[in-house]
Amino acid sequence: MAEKILTARFETPDSHLLNTYQADGGYTALKKALTMKPEEVIELVKASGLRGRGGAGFPAGLKWSFVPKEAEKPKYLCVNADEGEPGTFKDRYLMELDPHAVIEGSAIACYAFGAHIAYIYVRGEFKVPMERMEQALAEAREAGLVGKNILDSGFDFDMWVHPGAGAYVCGEETALIESNEGHRGMPRLKPPFPAVVGLFGGPTVVNNVETLAFVPHIMNQGAEWFAKLGPERNGGTKMYGVSGHVKKPGIYELPMGTSLKEIIYDVCGGIRGDHELKAVIPGGSSTPVLTPDEIDVAMDFDSLAKIGTMLGSGAIIVMDETTCMVRAITRLAKFYSHESCGQCTPCREGLAWIHQVLVRIEGGQGREGDIDLLLDICDNVQGNTICPLGDACAMPVRGFIKKFRPEFEEHIQKAGCPIGPFPAPWAGSAKG
Amino acid sequence: MSTPNGQAFTVKPETAQAIDEILGHYPVKEAALLPALHKVQDEIGWLPVAAMDWVADRLELPRVRVYGVASFYTMFRRQQPGRHRLEICTNLSCSLMGAEHLREYLCRKLGIQPGKTTADGRITLSEVECLGSCGTAPVMLVDDEFVENLDPQKVDKILADLEARDHG
Ligand SMILES: Cc1cc2nc3c(=O)[nH]c(=O)nc-3n(C[C@H](O)[C@H](O)[C@H](O)COP(=O)(O)O)c2cc1C
Ligand code: SF4
Ligand code: FES
Repeated sequence: MAEKILTARFETPDSHLLNTYQADGGYTALKKALTMKPEEVIELVKASGLRGRGGAGFPAGLKWSFVPKEAEKPKYLCVNADEGEPGTFKDRYLMELDPHAVIEGSAIACYAFGAHIAYIYVRGEFKVPMERMEQALAEAREAGLVGKNILDSGFDFDMWVHPGAGAYVCGEETALIESNEGHRGMPRLKPPFPAVVGLFGGPTVVNNVETLAFVPHIMNQGAEWFAKLGPERNGGTKMYGVSGHVKKPGIYELPMGTSLKEIIYDVCGGIRGDHELKAVIPGGSSTPVLTPDEIDVAMDFDSLAKIGTMLGSGAIIVMDETTCMVRAITRLAKFYSHESCGQCTPCREGLAWIHQVLVRIEGGQGREGDIDLLLDICDNVQGNTICPLGDACAMPVRGFIKKFRPEFEEHIQKAGCPIGPFPAPWAGSAKG
Repeated sequence: MSTPNGQAFTVKPETAQAIDEILGHYPVKEAALLPALHKVQDEIGWLPVAAMDWVADRLELPRVRVYGVASFYTMFRRQQPGRHRLEICTNLSCSLMGAEHLREYLCRKLGIQPGKTTADGRITLSEVECLGSCGTAPVMLVDDEFVENLDPQKVDKILADLEARDHG
């Protein structure tokens, strides 16, 4: 098995408690960081090439360096634990099983760019992860690792849990900031970027949980070590989350750039019931779908971009030959349409229309020209909205049509679905 | 503050105290709105207007601001639910593993459609979006608790357990 970093402690009994974390060397990275100059910490993280695990893959050190040194208003770190992109279920485990790693990474980040307060925005349904984070913060506060003058360094660092309340759009960084301020989660126009004007008007960094959990390891083991764990420009490991029709779904931490084929067939044991693979969504529901002849691809940011899709959150959704592609994308379009915050017309109207047209195709009422109509609507959505949620729907719709157009056409010609609903795994042969 | 029948609305002292503590986490009171609404809802099960008004006063916010925020977020219940809540995810990863069949199964067993409460007021069924638990699909929240790797037998057991809890 390859080296595990973020999930290495998951099997440890009481891995969420401070004593086990410290016994495993926890908080030594923070101690070390506090002896360095903040700029040196940023340089180290920059040199490691750590890229954001929340979806866009933006270099974390670079993001921190955009925060102005001198600012009139306090600076903040927002830890993004909204985890709502369908297929994604990794941050939940980090918070449940290694909450102190998230706190330590957050403290180091705050020290690096000069913030004294971090909020971890946890999706409201995650009661246990939230309790674990709160318990860990209480322990850390008691031990002088969180609060005033942490570790007698003169540096103040506080961190609080902020619960979400069931709105996918709040995972988008500016909507998250609005929601953290007690507002409706409506994304803001950029610029200004959060690094300049963010939470409570102060310079703000928004980072994903997984991104921050890497930071202590980079402090301890060095930038070069991290960079070498993966391909060039795509360093580190990745927590891939596999769901759908594989024999062994779950979270697997593997070197960045592990082959998708290997993940499906070796790591996850192949397709349930030894069915044929039909389609794979490689990085969460907003990333364009791949066909079986495309899975010989390295699961990293750049390799997936090269073949027209994205690593996103590393959430792999596997579908076998029993799956109707029109039905699959219809379900996703329903989700995006439901989650639109409504402030941009192309997203609010466009996504509802996309969903409506897909429903009629799947239901056997599709019309000649509907497929081109869908592509047209996508054209009108993409690039014309405040936040990327509109694109997050248009991209996979386009992707499904591009890869499976004949299946859409067959629905229209036969005035019905040639495949039928997703079968129940417990109803006979599909059971893996 | 009073409810339509004239009784003053108030929360338990622990809840009020927890909210006051949370206010200290933020530079402005308004920012505590989501956690405060959660605390009140956790205590009484939903958010009647009187509860939202109570929160508005506590946080020194206009009431309409609180209504506006509460209505934006799906977790805030402005209608009284049944004694128990079943929230089944039917997003893609769960549906690939049979969630749509379980939804139908639940509808049949309970005799209601998603979004509705059984006539005896015991169970509210709803269909929700991805719960961030796709590797153990299908997934359902039973009174806020995750139940994973569902199948019809597990659903039967959940319903039987709720029955036993209420009538046992
Ligand atoms: C609609 C939408 C939903 C998002 N949801 C999440 C999420 O749940 N978690 C997350 O970390 N990032 C999410 N993002 C990405 C964030 O906007 C942001 O890029 C990310 O948190 C930055 O962290 P990183 O640089 O560490 O990756 C979402 C973006 C969009 C447009
Ligand atoms: S793109 Fe959609 S979700 Fe994003 S701001 Fe516009 S309407 Fe809201
Ligand atoms: S799709 Fe159901 S939990 Fe993610």
